[in-house]
Amino acid sequence: MPDFLDMYRRMVLIRTFEETLSDLFGKGVLGGTSHFCIGQEACAVGVIDAARPTDWLVSNHRGHGHLLARGLDTAKVMGELMGKIIGYCRGRGGSQHLCAMDKCFLGTNGITGGGIPIATGAAFALKYQKTDRIAIVFFGDGASNQGTFHESLNIASLWKLPILFVCENNLYGMSNPTAKSCASGTIAPRAAAYAMPGAAHDGFDVQTVYDAASQAIARIRGGGGPELLELMTYRFCGHSKNDPRVYRTREEEEEMRQRDCITVLEQKLPSLGYDSETITQTALSARQEVAKAAEVALAAPTGGLADATEGVFA
Amino acid sequence: MPELYYSKAVNEALDEELARDPAVVLIGEDIGLYGGAFGVTKGLFAKYGPERIWETPISENSFTGLAVGAAMLGVRPVVEIMFMDFIALALDQLLNSAGKLHYMYGGQVKVPMVLRTPGGAKGGYGPSHSQMLSNLLVGIPGLKVIAPSTAAQAKGILKSAIRDPNPVIVIENKRLYPQKGEVPDDDDFTLPLDRAVVASPGTDLSLFCYSSMTPVCVAVKNAFLQTGVNIEVVDLVSLQPLDTETLFASLRKTGRAVIVEEACLTGGVGAELSALFAEHCLDSLDAPIVRVAAKDVPIPSSLALEKLVLPQPEDIITAVKENLAY
Ligand SMILES: Cc1ncc(C[n+]2csc(CCOP(=O)(O)OP(=O)(O)O)c2C)c(N)n1
Ligand SMILES: [Mg+2]
Repeated sequence: MPDFLDMYRRMVLIRTFEETLSDLFGKGVLGGTSHFCIGQEACAVGVIDAARPTDWLVSNHRGHGHLLARGLDTAKVMGELMGKIIGYCRGRGGSQHLCAMDKCFLGTNGITGGGIPIATGAAFALKYQKTDRIAIVFFGDGASNQGTFHESLNIASLWKLPILFVCENNLYGMSNPTAKSCASGTIAPRAAAYAMPGAAHDGFDVQTVYDAASQAIARIRGGGGPELLELMTYRFCGHSKNDPRVYRTREEEEEMRQRDCITVLEQKLPSLGYDSETITQTALSARQEVAKAAEVALAAPTGGLADATEGVFA
Repeated sequence: MPELYYSKAVNEALDEELARDPAVVLIGEDIGLYGGAFGVTKGLFAKYGPERIWETPISENSFTGLAVGAAMLGVRPVVEIMFMDFIALALDQLLNSAGKLHYMYGGQVKVPMVLRTPGGAKGGYGPSHSQMLSNLLVGIPGLKVIAPSTAAQAKGILKSAIRDPNPVIVIENKRLYPQKGEVPDDDDFTLPLDRAVVASPGTDLSLFCYSSMTPVCVAVKNAFLQTGVNIEVVDLVSLQPLDTETLFASLRKTGRAVIVEEACLTGGVGAELSALFAEHCLDSLDAPIVRVAAKDVPIPSSLALEKLVLPQPEDIITAVKENLAY
């Protein structure tokens, strides 16, 4: 039985974290760009809770949810995004290149589809070293059109590698709808070409995600080989910081918002025995954690010359 | 000292490192029973089996990325890219992952992988199978790029590369594979990854070269000896980083530099070296630097045309004479 209250706490944490980032961009505190996963929180939390903390994660450009779902230190993630020395990568990586080896988080990735072979390699190492740990990689519908997706699924299947491929299908790759980018319409059918199980699930319901991921992970850990999990979801926000969202209608967005994964879970919690006071307090504590993290990160210093120019080689 | 073919020296290095360190695995196309397109891995599959020798589908970008991911978790993959031209398909993972991860993740990870690949023209392989692409790689921070020119280097450097905690690209050469050279008979024979080598000492002019051009330059040097000109041949060996100490010392001694490479002229190792000489050794130069390189065109298939594109001994002789006449 998963800890639904803590799932809820982290889903609120992720959302508040990104809303806070949005404010910070407005204030000019953050540089570059950032890809929010607002609306997709259940995918991150459901899958990651189905795994063990020692299973390795690889993420993509839209990775804040995965990082916080895994329980990375919120202030150190925020610090990394602000380019501060307290960040996980001392400010060198930022949002799209954030790694936390102590949390078995092998990195977010700025190259669409770039993380898929890396995760396949992690799975290779775990099998080679005869562990019972697995690798999990998150990517989008757009990434599933990269050669690396097809090459890696093929290799993983041939070599029976312990890896779960998680496609968060939010219906768009930047502005490009899946109808125009994926010949098969959805991603799961592609699994058949690589002789592995693959199915689509409701990515708005954290329990559905958790159950589907748990089943897949049990199979994979048992030596059954890789699996593809497609999670149907939606990002309520734009692709990145500045996106007027001309490629979709406000009506479509409103319709999707009715299915908000946080609301879905919030409405379910009382039936699981949590009273409204507990739920409110949990959400509040998550928001406070973000506020505190932002405070800590804002106050932290940036690195110096050595942080910029040294450390290219081990 | 036993004499080995360059290709056999590579094979021995792989064999010894596979035997020494159980974390070492080989990854690549047709490297098993078939022994690789140039026979370099022959016999290793029979000895080590599919647990250590991983034959991949034709998916360069993904098996290179796979090596990166595996390396971060403690495996020591040695990847073979069948022809150097095919590195284009693996470039994303080399450029955006292998070379960047240690730095961009703030030192949390190491990527101890080797990618070995034969560059250069062997004669008639044509545009997609003949290029020396050193110029493509030396501009990527985070990658060490080494181009051994002798059997001893091929072995000693590959062994060091496999033991190095960083991503190392070892550029082999199709024309060098069948050349023989003395190799120390020692399981622990290694060579440094960052040192240039004076292949043949001299006093009057320095020929800077690497990979297939080193034996050619040594032959040119020997030809000039009869005319009373004593050329120093300096083998770069390491293209990234460049061993500026050794290279500058030679130029300061002879005052003359001719740079020879099989890669095309523009924007490569020779260009970089010329710039470094101009920046740091201008006072020592008795004549303008002369560069000899492949023409800036794809390598044609026709043997007659290929010869016109690649640097020939006569081109080097002409360049040396031009420099000496200044
Ligand atoms: C190789 C590469 N091409 C293009 C981009 C620019 N880009 C970043 S995210 C993105 C869309 C990715 O879509 P998807 O995989 O569906 O993920 P989503 O953004 O929807 O989460 C694009 C085109 C990139 N970062 N890398
Ligand atoms: Mg998408």
